[in-house]
Formats: sequence, C-alpha cells, structure tokens
Amino acid sequence: MKYLEIKNLRKSFGDLEVIKDISLDVEEGQVVAIIGPSGSGKSTLLRCATMLDSMDSGELIYLGEHAVKAGPDGKAVPAGPKQLKKIQGYYGLVFQNFNLFPHFSVMRNVIDALINVQKINKAEALTMGRRLLEKMSLSDKENAYPYQLSGGQQQRVSIARALALNPKVLFFDEPTSALDPELTGEILKVIRDLAAERMTMVIVTHEMTFARDVADHVIFMDEGIVMEEGRPEEVINAPKNERTRAFLNRLER
Amino acid sequence: MEWQVLLLKLTEGMLISVEIFSLTLLFSLPLGLFVAFGRMSRNPLLRNSIKIYISLMRGTPLMLQLMVVYFGPFFIFGITTPRGYRFLAVIIGFVLNYAAYFAEIYRAGIESMPIGQYEAAKVLGYNRTQTFIRIILPQVVKRILPPVTNEVITLVKDTSLAFVISVSEMFTAAKAIASAQRSVIPFVAAGIFYYIFNYIVAYFMEWVEHKFNYFK
Repeated sequence: MKYLEIKNLRKSFGDLEVIKDISLDVEEGQVVAIIGPSGSGKSTLLRCATMLDSMDSGELIYLGEHAVKAGPDGKAVPAGPKQLKKIQGYYGLVFQNFNLFPHFSVMRNVIDALINVQKINKAEALTMGRRLLEKMSLSDKENAYPYQLSGGQQQRVSIARALALNPKVLFFDEPTSALDPELTGEILKVIRDLAAERMTMVIVTHEMTFARDVADHVIFMDEGIVMEEGRPEEVINAPKNERTRAFLNRLER
Repeated sequence: MEWQVLLLKLTEGMLISVEIFSLTLLFSLPLGLFVAFGRMSRNPLLRNSIKIYISLMRGTPLMLQLMVVYFGPFFIFGITTPRGYRFLAVIIGFVLNYAAYFAEIYRAGIESMPIGQYEAAKVLGYNRTQTFIRIILPQVVKRILPPVTNEVITLVKDTSLAFVISVSEMFTAAKAIASAQRSVIPFVAAGIFYYIFNYIVAYFMEWVEHKFNYFK
C-alpha cells in the first residue's frame, strides 16, 4: 500500500521557485533517502510533506487520504481541520536540531503528546514511554532534562517522542547534521534498527554510506527537481546524471 | 511619643502602599498578557491602537497619568466621581501603566522563542492553545523573570506617586509628619521602609527564579 503520495508539488518563496514539480511515492515499509546539495529544496520538500510549509500546487496523500488536493485552478487546497488532524497522526518528524521541549523531563517529552493530544491515560503512556526509552537505551535518563544530555542522546529522545505517537511514516530532516561526528553513529544505528523493523521512513541526509546501506530508494535532488532516482547502488555507486556525479565527487574529496 | 507616632503613621501608610502594590500586580500582570497579544495581532487596527496606548503609557509621566485618571472624569466629561474614587483612580492609573510595560516584556519573551518549538508542537498535534500554555508560556516565564523583577521593584517605589492625588500611602504620611515635626527623620524612616519592602520583593523573586532553574 502507498503510505505517502506527493503529486506535482510546486513551492515558491517570493520569486524563488524552490520546488519545481516533484512527485514521490512511498510504499509501506519502504526507506527513502533524499540527497542533494544545500539549497536543492530537499528540506522544503520535507516541510511541505509534514505541512510545516504550505504547498503552492500539487497533492499530498497519506494512506489514500487527501491532506492537500489540487483545486480547479490548480492551486493546492488543504483538507478540513478534522481531516488534517487525523492525517497529522499518520506521520512524525525528527528535526535536525531536535527541538525537544527544554522544560519537560525526558519522559515528559516522550509522553506529553500521548497524554494531552491522544488523550491516553497516564499509566498507559508511562508504560509506552518506558518501552521506547529502553529501545533508545535511555532508561537511566527518564528523569533527566534535555540540557543534561549529549546531542546524540537528545536526538534519540526526539526519535522516541516521534515514535510514541505510532506514526505510519517517519521523516528525518538531516538527523545527524547537528551532531559531533563521533555521535552520528548512535543515531544511524537507531535508524537502521527501525528499518529492520520495516518502519516506513523518508530521510534527508548527507551520510552517503548510510543512505546506501539503509535506503531502498534514493532520490537525488538539485535546483528543485528530482535529477535522478533509483536503487541506492545505482544512484550512489553508478550515477548516470552528470549533476549527481559532480555532487558525489565533491563529497568524497 | 514622637517615635511611636512616626512608626504608627508610617506603618499605616505602608499598608496602603502594599495595597496599591498588590492590586496593581494582581491586575496588570494578566492584563499585560492580553495587551501583548493585541500588540502582536495580525489585525492592523488592534495592533496599532495597542501600539499607541503603550507609547502614551511609556512616554508620559505616571504622575501625570494618575492626575488624568483622577481629575479627567470631572474636568473632561463633567462627571462627578464618587467618594472612594481617589483610591480607585490610583489603581486604574497604575494598572494601565504597568500593563503596558509588562506587555512589552511578554512580547519580547514570546518573540524570542525559537520557531522550532512551535514546529515540534505542531507536528506532534498540539493545538494553538495547548502549544502556548504547555510549551511556550513556561519557557517565556523563565526568560522574562529578570526584567519583570526590575518592574516589580520599580513599582514599590512608584507607589509613592499616589501622593499626587492625596492618597495617604507611606510617602504622603512621611511628608505630613516631616512638616509637622520639622524633621527629616520621617523621610529617612520612609526610605528604610521602602528598602525593606524591596529587599523582601527581591528575595522572593530570586526564589522564583531559582524554582525555574531545573531546566535551561
């Protein structure tokens, strides 16, 4: 089943067209990596897919349900508030800068939305929270506050926070870019484990080795369009597109 | 005898000062939040009206504002004000003035919040009210405590301005005794009273700040 469909997405900021007609399908259990130089529009694509930015035109569909439809004049029309609220529960997002809530303990960060948004009772939420923190090897940090944790630990809390709401699709926006190099490994391992559990994920990343290992499908974006896409060994090991080759060469140097 | 009278009168005045102080905070702290929302509103009419209000409150002396609130109804509109209006006028004047200052502090605090906090809340499904109450406000309160403490301390001293419309707070009492006894001692004593008052206020605010130290 298609968990996510983006059709003919266009997005401009003022005169600058950041995304020029992008379409994208993500199947259940698929891991899609989006790579490309900075300014290529990959973060904007993620922000449009998670509705942090509005779309100018195109369609956004989760599990066959429209979050954004194409209106008669081609302009993007978002669904009603009820429908949007429902669809919001289908996806989670892990930010580059974690964006944890500093005034909440680690446990509170993970379960607060469960209690206050999904209205699950506290005892049940605590059980789920403990299970998730154990999975992230953070059981001993339950009562710590974000500022007391390393960047890698904070990012694992934010992954636990996203997983708590049981999303169908999990987005990652450069999840290791704000981390010290020696801490990226622990985050990549967590994502690998999630991939092994067949979690559906869309990951914007600069980690090529990781993208090759974990993704089923790699998309190379530049100047707001998809320049090349396919299996990771094709796109990353044997790119056909000149731009892809130039980008990957720059990274190796 | 003189000392007893002095202390008694000053203590009576002090109670009035404490009353002005408490009532002003009670109303201006929450009112300031609504003024701040108005100041940040997308509606230009509301936003600009609030801007003018804040500008007037900050741009003219509080002493003058108290006089306008007290004498204004009669001299501008010809309304005869009831007997107890004197004290009410002080509270209205102080609340309007301090709400303007608090509003600007709140606005600075709210606007300093990183956008990522709103985005994380949105993706997690919090609605706008929940986002403000649960996520933004506690962090804003921590950030604005130092400037709020400044205002609260200034308020203690500003209560003495009520003398301009003859509300017998502490400073009014000190002045009356000083002229009756031809002595500066009442002023010195009043100064000590204000200092102790503020010492307690500062100690309390420090305690509150300490309570918020559990996160960064």
